[in-house]
Amino acid sequence: MAASNEIMTLNMGPQHPSTHGVLRLVVELDGEVIQKITPHIGYLHRGIEKLSEHRTYHQTIPLTDRMDYLAPMSNNLGYVLAVEKLLGIEIPERAQAVRVIMTELTRLKSHLVWIACHALDIGAMTVFLYAFREREKVMDIYERVSGARMTSNYFRVGGLSRELPPGFEKDVQEVIDTFPGHFDTYEGLLTQNTIWKQRTIGNGVISAEDAIDWGITGPALRGSGVDTDARRDFPYSGYEKYQFAVPTGKNCDTYDRYKVRLIELRESVKIIDQALKSLKPGPILADAPQVCYPDKESVYNSIEGLIHHFKIASEGFPVPEGEVYQPLEAPKGELGYYIVSDGGNRPYRMRVRPPSFVNLGAIEKMAKGSMLADLVAIIGTLDIVLGEIDR
Amino acid sequence: MAENNRAVVKLKERFADAVLECKEFRGEITVTVRKEKILEVLKTLRDDLGFNFLTDLTAVDYLGSEPRFMVVYHLHSIAGKERIRVKAPVTEEACHIDSATALWNSANWLEREAFDLFGITFVNHPNLVRILLTDDWVGYPLRKDYPLQGPDREPYKGRLS
Repeated sequence: MAASNEIMTLNMGPQHPSTHGVLRLVVELDGEVIQKITPHIGYLHRGIEKLSEHRTYHQTIPLTDRMDYLAPMSNNLGYVLAVEKLLGIEIPERAQAVRVIMTELTRLKSHLVWIACHALDIGAMTVFLYAFREREKVMDIYERVSGARMTSNYFRVGGLSRELPPGFEKDVQEVIDTFPGHFDTYEGLLTQNTIWKQRTIGNGVISAEDAIDWGITGPALRGSGVDTDARRDFPYSGYEKYQFAVPTGKNCDTYDRYKVRLIELRESVKIIDQALKSLKPGPILADAPQVCYPDKESVYNSIEGLIHHFKIASEGFPVPEGEVYQPLEAPKGELGYYIVSDGGNRPYRMRVRPPSFVNLGAIEKMAKGSMLADLVAIIGTLDIVLGEIDR
Repeated sequence: MAENNRAVVKLKERFADAVLECKEFRGEITVTVRKEKILEVLKTLRDDLGFNFLTDLTAVDYLGSEPRFMVVYHLHSIAGKERIRVKAPVTEEACHIDSATALWNSANWLEREAFDLFGITFVNHPNLVRILLTDDWVGYPLRKDYPLQGPDREPYKGRLS
């Protein structure tokens, strides 16, 4: 019998609980060892890049938080930063600090889903329940601030859409005070857990050279020991004012990536703490009347304010001709917005550089030669979200 | 200014006839080169100038101008904390360019996406098939002459009209 070297082709997904969305993988197996893996994506393709060419600059913001729906405000921020860079406008300090607080809360939110699902996939149900409980706290803040739990649409070109709700400082302070203890709980459940260690140590190994070659970014790249972080190397939104460490791993495996993300959670809390302390009253929109909405007081009480509001809402604003690329350290890696403007009120071309898309491309390299059961851990450690991959 | 940038000086020196334009806008350097030399330029940037990371690869359709397409590469020097953008014009008649997969594996999926949505062929790509759309899709949606609603439906009148 020649059955010993027969290759079996197995289909995994698109409906599969551990593919984290509608990801389909065609796996060629020799016994239980993966010989080749072919991802099929595009089930969620909505043509966001095409759509944005037909909308004014402000109308694209709500599309962006539908990409990485686990980290909506990071997507909002990348987009408005790119438009602001094209316009060359200065953002007031308060708006910058609020943006930092909200995007770091977003990182907590996104990493909590990562640890929850990753642990659940490998068999640790308790962490899933705990992490989702904590995530709900962040969701509540989201809801109070932006009115929505996920599709936030909170930032505006030039600043924020509205002032923070009363009690915001107290809510965030509660996160700062309680979350490190919760992280201790997760670590207590996982870091020295024998099953966890057996499933993650030596799993999905990718060297620093390979990780760079395959374009991996974010915690997955830092897990392979490459010291890079867009917040520190290309500061935006006032990140240069905050002190935080950029963790890196050594062994390039799933366990190191897990440790990197846990340190990132703690560093995020430190950044939120610093930003909250620096938060002072002040304007939340830039002094750029051609771009920013007027305050509601003048919209309701003066004809000039009403016309101003109407003009910006209906025809938008022109943006100088040129092209910019705005990198941003999103929870999943480097999120980039490349916008080409022809001087009109709509982007001539908007390109999103999605971290999950490029990271998933490396799965061919990472999964080759590992066992089928380990594939689930590799998908988990890449921390992908299909809304962003397919756009 | 762009002319004083280390990478630009080096590229101009080595590829005097291939560099078409150097520009700086909002602190970002853009170098436009002839597409025949794109791999050599990228290789020089990667090996000699430290731009070891291919962040992004995409295309822009300038319908109505010649050449029609621009393939855009974003490179990142992790150690130098620098970024550079390289562009290469591609005409509609000769809608192909050498594949950067010879230099970076990350170009694989990015080029497939550009092929899928713009119809630009990447020569020597190991597996140039559609990635986001289905294999039997007709047309290239991100081209400017592709209607927003799709080819066989009423044209989109726009939210702004």
